[in-house]
Amino acid sequence: MCLAVPGRVLGVEDRDGTRMASVDFGGVVKEVCLEYLPDLKVGEYTIVHVGFALQRLDEESARRTLELFENLGMLQEEFGDPWEQAEQAARAGQSGPADGEGLAEEVRR
Amino acid sequence: MKYIDEFQDPELAARLLDDIRATVTRPWALMEVCGGQTHTIIRHGIDQLLPDEIELIHGPGCPVCVTPLEVIDKALEIASRPGVIFCSFGDMLRVPGTGRDLFQVRSAGGDVRVVYSPLDALRIAEENPDREVVFFGIGFETTAPPNAMTVHQARRRGIRNFSLLVSHVRVPPAIEAVMRSPDCRVQGFLAAGHVCSVMGTEEYPALAERFKVPIVVTGFEPLDILEGVRRTVRQLERGEHTVENAYPRAVRPEGNPAALAMLDDVFEVTDRAWRGIGTIPDSGWRLSARYRDHDAEHRFQVGDIATREPAECRSGEVLQGLIKPHECEVFGTTCTPRTPLGATMVSSEGACAAYYLYRRLELPARPAATSLEDSAVV
Ligand code: SF4
Repeated sequence: MCLAVPGRVLGVEDRDGTRMASVDFGGVVKEVCLEYLPDLKVGEYTIVHVGFALQRLDEESARRTLELFENLGMLQEEFGDPWEQAEQAARAGQSGPADGEGLAEEVRR
Repeated sequence: MKYIDEFQDPELAARLLDDIRATVTRPWALMEVCGGQTHTIIRHGIDQLLPDEIELIHGPGCPVCVTPLEVIDKALEIASRPGVIFCSFGDMLRVPGTGRDLFQVRSAGGDVRVVYSPLDALRIAEENPDREVVFFGIGFETTAPPNAMTVHQARRRGIRNFSLLVSHVRVPPAIEAVMRSPDCRVQGFLAAGHVCSVMGTEEYPALAERFKVPIVVTGFEPLDILEGVRRTVRQLERGEHTVENAYPRAVRPEGNPAALAMLDDVFEVTDRAWRGIGTIPDSGWRLSARYRDHDAEHRFQVGDIATREPAECRSGEVLQGLIKPHECEVFGTTCTPRTPLGATMVSSEGACAAYYLYRRLELPARPAATSLEDSAVV
């Protein structure tokens, strides 16, 4: 949750008096509020936290960070389905004490 | 050199490590404040790559971990009420309250929804005018401005059935509490980069001066951490204690002025209890009086809820850097990410969870440990 993910602005619009953008996070596109970075433009990169753009970022560092997050599975953690993740954890919990395979699986996830 | 190949730029990592090795002449203890940084450090074995003189102590910077049990219990109580839609970030689902968690409230029929952004919760409120929609507002200075904006929007657009259960915390008072602890061993801080991208760096010089401690604003990628360590150690070896920004690509000294103005409007500073640590003066935010009708605690009258922490959990000591997770007697036995006793185990950013996932060899010996360590570092 505390992770802030870099993304690229695809489009900007005004919705109900609020400045919003669609932002591309390495393939996942989300709606993002631009009220804290109102002059952000299409094509620019920004750090986004819980749906809000917080700071500008240069393209090079944005790309590197995104690539790293993807390799580490952190994008899945941030944008994946949390119910499914919690359910998996709960199911695993019922299967008894930590055994080797279950843990390796958890680690891979 | 173990693990170094998986660094994004192994050559640069090796250079930074060489520089650190050449600089260090005696033992130093540094605290990384942010849970995201703890995660990076353990995942990449950075603490093992560093020279033995440098010890990294894990700080209290995991919002999920430090949210007090009373607040979790208040959330569970509100989420169980009929007519309520309770919205939260996904990481809070499995955080144990007294006897249950949000996941179980939902299984028992509570309408608990996971949102990606607080604005999603506001939209749910707009679409369900006959229901009460409550958003669980936890987190540090990075998460507080989005939540503040959402309450502001609710007010502006006249959405009355939306309220916030607030438990926001602030980093600088936590640093101060760590330094004031009589058992404190911390000699330098890697400050949390994303917190500073909102708040800027202006709160830190006074702290660095008062406690004669270097504070280096640090990102959370492996190379960022090495650079933060390098700069902190260089200051320590020279006897300096200033604030340095090692994360300039995301942090400007003034932070984000629009976000700061909104924080100032919607919240006011208050004392906050930190789970496992206790109350730290001025260490949090609550809704200011003007926004009281959007305060869930007020709206649902959940003032006096009794709580009970599991006696064997030592997460308070873990959060203050007094013990390492595996020094807890029940680490990896009674307490695992699947059966967490404390929030530092349930949160993916928690120090106990990070140790459990990436440091199998330090668990009480089990036959599978060796092979697991290999698979843990992918
Ligand atoms: S291992 Fe579990 S019980 Fe021990 S301190 Fe960590 S969370 Fe608490």
